Amino acid sequence: MEHLTFEYPAQHAITSRAHVGVVGSGDLEVLLSPNDTMRAQVAVQTSVDGYGHIWKSVLDRFFSRYTGAVRVEINDFGATPGVVSLRLAEAVEAAQAAGDADGSTDQRGTR
Amino acid sequence: MTDHDVTVAPFIARESFIELSARERARALLDTGTFRELLGPFDRLTSPWLPLQGIVCQADDGVVIARGTIDGAPAVVAAIESAFQGGSIGEVAGSKIAGALELALRDCENGRPVRPVIVFETGGVRLQEANLGLAVIAEIQSAIVSLRRHVPVVGVIAGMVGCFGGMSLAAALCTRLVMTRQGRLGMNGPEVIEQEAGIDELDASDRLRIWQLIGGAQRVASGFADILVEDDASAIATAVHVAFSQGIDGVHRSEAVERYLDGLARIDPATVTPETMRAVFRPCGTAGTCHDTADEPQRVPGANREESQ
Repeated sequence: MEHLTFEYPAQHAITSRAHVGVVGSGDLEVLLSPNDTMRAQVAVQTSVDGYGHIWKSVLDRFFSRYTGAVRVEINDFGATPGVVSLRLAEAVEAAQAAGDADGSTDQRGTR
Repeated sequence: MTDHDVTVAPFIARESFIELSARERARALLDTGTFRELLGPFDRLTSPWLPLQGIVCQADDGVVIARGTIDGAPAVVAAIESAFQGGSIGEVAGSKIAGALELALRDCENGRPVRPVIVFETGGVRLQEANLGLAVIAEIQSAIVSLRRHVPVVGVIAGMVGCFGGMSLAAALCTRLVMTRQGRLGMNGPEVIEQEAGIDELDASDRLRIWQLIGGAQRVASGFADILVEDDASAIATAVHVAFSQGIDGVHRSEAVERYLDGLARIDPATVTPETMRAVFRPCGTAGTCHDTADEPQRVPGANREESQ
């Protein structure tokens, strides 16, 4: 098991949180919540050691397009990079849907 | 009960319950819009034991506890997530279920009935947490026995993991069990039996044989479960409604000691077959062994096509 952390600049605050995925074979769980500083912080727990550089590539790419100030906690059980990217996108979408449902003024962060 | 007027959804119109996550299953069983999760993933109540063994935790430890209503009556659903560690019961996961049932018991004792549903999808105790898991399964079983005096305790075994180990005993204590034909209920799983007793005893790759022994259709036909239902979220929700509407009249399976001892005495382990199990244990069997109508297999929409194989 390996613990990795990453940090990226952010441009806008978010107001809602989201939980997607499951710590099952080839899958991962993502907890996305508002961060209290204008940064995006990612903490990864992964069952597979030695893939820090792959995690960095996947997260660098994701946060080059997404600029929300989020805290992201990832519990990974051997997901492939594609699955990680899909789960991250799903978490952002779910947080936005939750924000819209609450009638908040959460800004769109992607695209 | 007007639910019986509902027609069976065609296959493509069905929403598979089996394919739902534990959280979605709990939502599907509660009245629309009433789902409210307790101790959810953002409470981060995780296993303290898994990281010590190099295993990644899940933020809800694989159990979803949800309050809401069923047919307008207050309810609590405990749903086990099979994808995380095979739905195994660790200290935290099991304590969440036991705690939910104990709080429901307290409400019942104070004149505020709460309908408890347990969605079993579990291989039993989480071996990494050993005795702590076993202890908390005992608490779950104790809570079920206390609670079922006040209100039916309804279990759902949809599959595909099934319900095994200590949690199969918890399931057996429930007032009523809803199963799909994909669901399985047994003390030891097929792989464990093959490993411990040899392939001559049971070939764990023989799927037909396994489902003939412990599958939902067989378990309902032999009276170890009550309602056989198709793998459809609304059909299973309807079956749970029906299970509660039948109340707590009659004798619980675990109280019918004489009846089951008598049945066991009539079984010859050397020649027993799925058919003889049905003949001996079926709910309204021969020689007046049926004590009450609550033991009869129930039919609900989508719960048809019981076949003998």
